[in-house]
Amino acid sequence: MAWTQKILRVNLSDGSIKVEPLNMEWADQYLGQRGLATRYFIEEVDPKVDPLSPENKMIMATGPLTGTMASTGGRYSVITKGPLTGAIACSNSGGFIGAEMKMAGWDMIIFEGKSPSPVYLYIENDKAELLPADDLWGKTVWEADEMLHKKHQDPQLRIACVGRPAEAGCLYAGIINDLHRAAGRSGVGTVMASKNLKAVAVRGTKGVGNIKDPARFMQATQEAKAVLAENAVTGEGLPAYGTQVLMNIVNEIGALPTRNMREVQFEGAHSVSGEAMHEPRKSDGKPNLTTNAACFGCTIACGRISTIDQGHFSVENKPEYWGSSGGLEYEAAWALGPNTGVDDLDALTYVNFLCNEDGFDPITFGATFSAAIDLFDSGAITTEHTGGMELIFGSAEALVWAVEALCKGEGFGKDLGLGSKRLCEKYGHPEFSMTVKGQEFPAYDPRGIQGMGLAYATSNRGACHLRGYTVASEVLGIPEKTDPLVTDGKPELVIAFQDATAAVDSSGLCLFTTFAWTLDNIAPQIDAACEGEWSVEKLAELGERVWNMERDFNLKAGLTAADDTLPKRLLKDAANVGPAKGKVAGLDVMLPKYYELRGWTNDGQLTDDVRSRLSLPA
Amino acid sequence: MQRSLQIDPGKCTGCLQCEMACSYENEGVFNPARSRIKVFTFHQEGRFVPYTCTQCDEAWCMQACPVDAIVLNAATGSKDILEDVCVGCKVCTIACPFGTVNYNSDTGKVIKCDLCGGDPKCAEACPTQAITYINADETGFDRMRAWAGKSDNQPRVQ
Repeated sequence: MAWTQKILRVNLSDGSIKVEPLNMEWADQYLGQRGLATRYFIEEVDPKVDPLSPENKMIMATGPLTGTMASTGGRYSVITKGPLTGAIACSNSGGFIGAEMKMAGWDMIIFEGKSPSPVYLYIENDKAELLPADDLWGKTVWEADEMLHKKHQDPQLRIACVGRPAEAGCLYAGIINDLHRAAGRSGVGTVMASKNLKAVAVRGTKGVGNIKDPARFMQATQEAKAVLAENAVTGEGLPAYGTQVLMNIVNEIGALPTRNMREVQFEGAHSVSGEAMHEPRKSDGKPNLTTNAACFGCTIACGRISTIDQGHFSVENKPEYWGSSGGLEYEAAWALGPNTGVDDLDALTYVNFLCNEDGFDPITFGATFSAAIDLFDSGAITTEHTGGMELIFGSAEALVWAVEALCKGEGFGKDLGLGSKRLCEKYGHPEFSMTVKGQEFPAYDPRGIQGMGLAYATSNRGACHLRGYTVASEVLGIPEKTDPLVTDGKPELVIAFQDATAAVDSSGLCLFTTFAWTLDNIAPQIDAACEGEWSVEKLAELGERVWNMERDFNLKAGLTAADDTLPKRLLKDAANVGPAKGKVAGLDVMLPKYYELRGWTNDGQLTDDVRSRLSLPA
Repeated sequence: MQRSLQIDPGKCTGCLQCEMACSYENEGVFNPARSRIKVFTFHQEGRFVPYTCTQCDEAWCMQACPVDAIVLNAATGSKDILEDVCVGCKVCTIACPFGTVNYNSDTGKVIKCDLCGGDPKCAEACPTQAITYINADETGFDRMRAWAGKSDNQPRVQ
């Protein structure tokens, strides 16, 4: 039945570790991963909890298809209350540790309390123990990863770890697994570090069995893989260029946020695009991209593995960065590049390496740095704050300086760890923060892709592209093309994407499959693997249930309809060039319709009708 | 026609579909830890390399086995373990120069690739054709073709 039906409960305060059976009634309503872990979370945690207090909990959760042969079946998610947003946080990661957790026999791990001193959780199949991590504290993710592999003398050990900024309280620290995959957003790594939990190291050799109908499962997964292979995006675009295939496309349609969203097109976009990663560098004749790479079980293989020119200023005399590692994905490339005005591909790659090495979200970091440039430009920050560094758009030196300052937690680096909302408030210019619910935007300007404005404003974890990716329809024509510049029909589109995404995020599969798959391709795989009947309709309803449950948590946490909004720069300042010239984000038209279609009140509250129709918990 | 597994590491993405297919065929679970084919990652170089038994003609493992638990499958050319004969002495794991015979501590026997009886599931599962099952007499032909394509034998423009 695909679930292992076992969860680990780790109490960090008293060091106890308990095994519990999975609540199968909930599994039938919430499937796994995002949905099921959120159900556990809201049952156990007060919505008003301080995210960085011991009373907050953190759940690492797999889905029923994690660790199976279903393509991309290697995902896991981290569910907690986010310190950056004060909202529900759910960050999803690939790599290999999710499948390893499952192979060790665990559907999820619930962490509660706070350890009196630094520890890490070591799991070897049924054996789970908290071990001292005093020697790991203060180390980067990459250093700790190497130390743990050496200590346990096990090259197959899979490790998820937090870096130095997480320990220092940077509010957007992520949890890095397998060196360069990340549960990256909303500060889930900050929560982990606040519990004095440095790492989770897992070795699983039991495998994943218990498939309901093995023959049908192999057939369904094979058919679905063929769909991925034959699709232009998942079969060609993503393996060749990764998500970076989008850089030139989004720039051309005038929706590439540039220089802290002042503009919507970047003159240097090509230099930092997926295509440019293939081109030989002038300096050493080698391309930035070394190869593409897959996460566990993934037949798409969109991951980028890059190598920086040894003579590049960022890594000169730093041989530890001369090897290959996780390269730029589109969102990171945008946040570190167009949004800061920097068009130096190797500089962005180096900064991306550091985001992985020390565990923090490149989207929020890049956007916070560009907000800092706006503050500098306005005079609110001066060289006195920065120790002499001039913060200007387009300066690769300033960008590299900033990331190193954040990693070391020195001087202005501490300020950068606040995220743009708190940074801009601190220096008296909240309008420079490009955030929703405290979380920074990703790489799609809602003036040029209208649906994304509504998706950002209503996202349950703050501004995010992974909660309702209408870009698929508005730009790429998946499942059908809609006009990115109009607001008509977008509330319906956003809701459809939000609900389907919540279902996919609960399965163990990767959202990127949905460039080619719909729930029609996904339901048969789940149905063959899991007990119960899993139809498209059931999954769609499950997605809607998960969405409303998250919303309910946020409202109880104190968020209101006033938080479903966008910064003034997007609502008032029209796009200055490109196809969207003259457009602002039409949120005012879309939001009331969205509430109505959701069955919510005019001020965005859930109604009893919705609660009973979706069987939501009280 | 005898066939061989041919591995082209340049095409491998490290997805481990082969390891899951292998373990599923042989153990009934998705379990890379019990796969007969292994993908090795060379992180610093950005390389992924699948590796498994090449089915040596005069197989060291077969010759070293003191109880004749490793036998030739005449149909496929594979060297197969007879599980009920194997005593788990591990001499074959020492004899194999390539390390492709390994002990399974769950069963007390050794495991190695048996080409799935002539229908290797790793090759079937590989999404990039990094692992293929081809004519044993022609395993070099792809590489020859690649080099041939680079040779300059076109008429020169005067």
